[in-house]
Amino acid sequence: MFKLEMRPEPSRLMGLCSPLLAAVLTLASGFVMFSLLGTSPAEAFYVFFIKAFTSEYGLGELALKSTPLILCAIGLAVGFRANVWNIGAEGQLTIGALAGAGVGLFVPLDAPWLMPLMLLAGIAGGMAWAAVPAFLRTRFNTSEILVSLMLVYVAKLLLLWLVHGPWRDPDGFNFPQSAMLSDAATLTPLIEGTRVTGALLLSLLLVGAIWFLVDKTLAGYRMRVAGLAPAAARYAGFSEKRNVWLALLLSGATAGLAGICEVAGPIGQLQPQISPGYGFAAIIVAFVGRLHPVGVVLASVLMSLLYLGGESAQMELQLPAAITGLFQGMLLFYLLAADLFINFRLVRKQAPKRVVASAGTVPAIEKDAA
Amino acid sequence: MTDTSAPPRLALRGITKRYPAVVANDGVSLTVAPGEIHAVLGENGAGKSTLMKIIYGVTHPDAGEVLWEGRPVQLDSPGEARACGIGMVFQHFSLFETLTVAENIALFLGESAQSPTLDQRVREVSEHYGLPLDPQRLVHSMSVGERQRVEIVRCLLQKPKLLILDEPTSVLTPQAVQRLFGTLRQLAAEGCSILYISHKLEEIRSLCDSATVLRNGKVSGHAIPRDETAASLARLMIGGELPVCRLEPRETGEVRLAIRGLSIPAPDPFSTALHDISLDVRSGEIVGIAGVSGNGQKEFMAAISGERRGSRADEVLVLGKPAGSFGPAQRRDMGLGFVPEERLGRGAVPALSLTMNAILTGFSRGMTNRGLLDVWVARNFATRVIQAFKVKCGGEASVASSLSGGNLQKFIVGRETSHRPPVLVVAQPTWGVDVGAATLIHQALMDLRADGCAILVVSEELDELRSICDRIAVIAGGRLSPSLPTAATTTEQLGAWMGGNFAFTATAMEADLVQA
Repeated sequence: MFKLEMRPEPSRLMGLCSPLLAAVLTLASGFVMFSLLGTSPAEAFYVFFIKAFTSEYGLGELALKSTPLILCAIGLAVGFRANVWNIGAEGQLTIGALAGAGVGLFVPLDAPWLMPLMLLAGIAGGMAWAAVPAFLRTRFNTSEILVSLMLVYVAKLLLLWLVHGPWRDPDGFNFPQSAMLSDAATLTPLIEGTRVTGALLLSLLLVGAIWFLVDKTLAGYRMRVAGLAPAAARYAGFSEKRNVWLALLLSGATAGLAGICEVAGPIGQLQPQISPGYGFAAIIVAFVGRLHPVGVVLASVLMSLLYLGGESAQMELQLPAAITGLFQGMLLFYLLAADLFINFRLVRKQAPKRVVASAGTVPAIEKDAA
Repeated sequence: MTDTSAPPRLALRGITKRYPAVVANDGVSLTVAPGEIHAVLGENGAGKSTLMKIIYGVTHPDAGEVLWEGRPVQLDSPGEARACGIGMVFQHFSLFETLTVAENIALFLGESAQSPTLDQRVREVSEHYGLPLDPQRLVHSMSVGERQRVEIVRCLLQKPKLLILDEPTSVLTPQAVQRLFGTLRQLAAEGCSILYISHKLEEIRSLCDSATVLRNGKVSGHAIPRDETAASLARLMIGGELPVCRLEPRETGEVRLAIRGLSIPAPDPFSTALHDISLDVRSGEIVGIAGVSGNGQKEFMAAISGERRGSRADEVLVLGKPAGSFGPAQRRDMGLGFVPEERLGRGAVPALSLTMNAILTGFSRGMTNRGLLDVWVARNFATRVIQAFKVKCGGEASVASSLSGGNLQKFIVGRETSHRPPVLVVAQPTWGVDVGAATLIHQALMDLRADGCAILVVSEELDELRSICDRIAVIAGGRLSPSLPTAATTTEQLGAWMGGNFAFTATAMEADLVQA
């Protein structure tokens, strides 16, 4: 029999190995799954995980899909570290896209100024949407988990209403879409032949900035302490409200930026479907990346690979679209399971031993007792 | 030892228990005769609690054997230990606060709470041993001392042959300690053996027939406590002389910390409301707050530190300025230092390094620069604290959770005293700290007093307060007694105050004064 035993201190090795272990287990489960589906696992793995790396276009798509994941996840990671659980990045992303695209569609400005204004509007939109759970949590002590999650659906319905109603393109053959954004309101590809825009550079810049905030500033220190030991934060005199506001506004801002960068980048207009669940996948990314900026970037690439692989698997192997979600779910599941072993270890339960005292010790004890 | 012909009730032979980081017990042997009150004496971390857990079947020894009435036994669970007739009263109680006494006892015994005889049995046993209990009372409405009674009575209902008590007196007033000792002597006279774990030498000398002394997991000696002096027992326990601190008389200065009519209602039924507390602490004096735990100490400390705020700004005055509406950071900036009772998780962030933990209360004292952390300053500060207070650790980069409780306490006290605050409030300065560290901490407080700091110390250990305080007041039921110069206090007085009877003692004092 085995039992779990608390480690004297958390294992650093396991902390680093746990994401790798989770990836290996996900792949192994995928192997079994592909076999059962009657697909050759080797071919499926090639299509799923290798193909993207074989062409410039594939690499470009990888970077393209990583961008919104990095943006959403880096904001969430800071919040999670501060014990603030924003689950609604998807909604903040949607509102950011709406606000930014609204500026792009309806504000009569020209080239150099329109884009920055759109980005700022996107950020503001995301922050405004995240401010709702922040206000309710600090004022009425509601759970930011529930409020932020439910607001996702409100945001999605708002988007649907706009593209079906007031913002629908009059020349759009009645499709539920806005007009295409003008050239001045569009992020142009950085490299010919790919769809990668400056948003990727912006997201990497933000990763650096947020790492600096968390690691080097008092504001970041406050958030870390609040997350690691709430009682110590109270003892030090750090305001819990400020912490909640900062964490939610920051993650709302990055999610909103992700939204407008998607709409102004590869999509080019508002449509009912602007994100394949980046905001939710970013939660997994943040944890797989150990809530660390560099880890978040790497995990974003992995997650984007799952999106791409899922698409290729649909097209080339006729596998169902659900396969992407399946892999995402398995990855998080295995990661959380593997994380258990950071603080615990498996030991063999010792068989009961009756008398173990060696012959040498017993007489000594009798002397002692006498 | 009282009866040499019969086999001993319990004998341990060469018990060894290793944990990943330490050897908690190393070849420990002890023998308890029927009807004997046997003390297990040792400092914190000497391995007493591990040994008791082995006897009670909570943990298993890596080597050695347990003999119960002469036969080797393998106790795999507390249930098996109870079946043998071993009962244990833990230091930290395991009672459900929202249930009644009878329900708690029924759960423990595995009976139905509706059992008609249970109430009666509880009453009989509790009255027989002088531990009155109402079976239908809810546990959360009971004092800590009463809860301990529930724990003891529920052990006694099983008619144990061996009762283990782990530091039972830390939650009792001196009078209640005497009543408990009466009960234990009665039990022993009826043939029940008692293992009594404590580090309080005087208690062991007055109660116990024999003692096994542990030091660093090993047996450092056996003794008949009545034949020993407190000093000779201490030598066995700590392996050296008990260090002494002497409080030099000193003129006090201006009032630096003033509490004026502080009242805070209890936020929930499980905490204590504070009623009209007033207290002055002057420059150059140490004022002690005694009391049985759970009488409002936590709430009082949180109200002074600012972690809980009262209704009026002038309820708390720091250096004469109203601070009642400020949070902890602002009060610290006004000159109030504070050492909380919980070290890990409140006084220090477990997962952060000592350097980073220095910033916890140093961020407005030069460890930040325009919103950026000045890790260099923090690291130097942490290094100085580690050296000055002999904190045993891997260095200033070690995480707080890797330090032992005593060493972390030294670090936190060192951190707060090194800022030389004009006012310092310390909760439980030496809880779970060994004698050497306790002396160092006491000395640091006295040095600060010599510099004119106004110090308030809350402790459950009367002896500690007596040795370092100029004045002592008592908190009971959320009210604070008047304070008395330490020299004028007697154990009886303080004990009555700790029981909440301020008025009675005041008249008794007057009578004493009249006689004098």
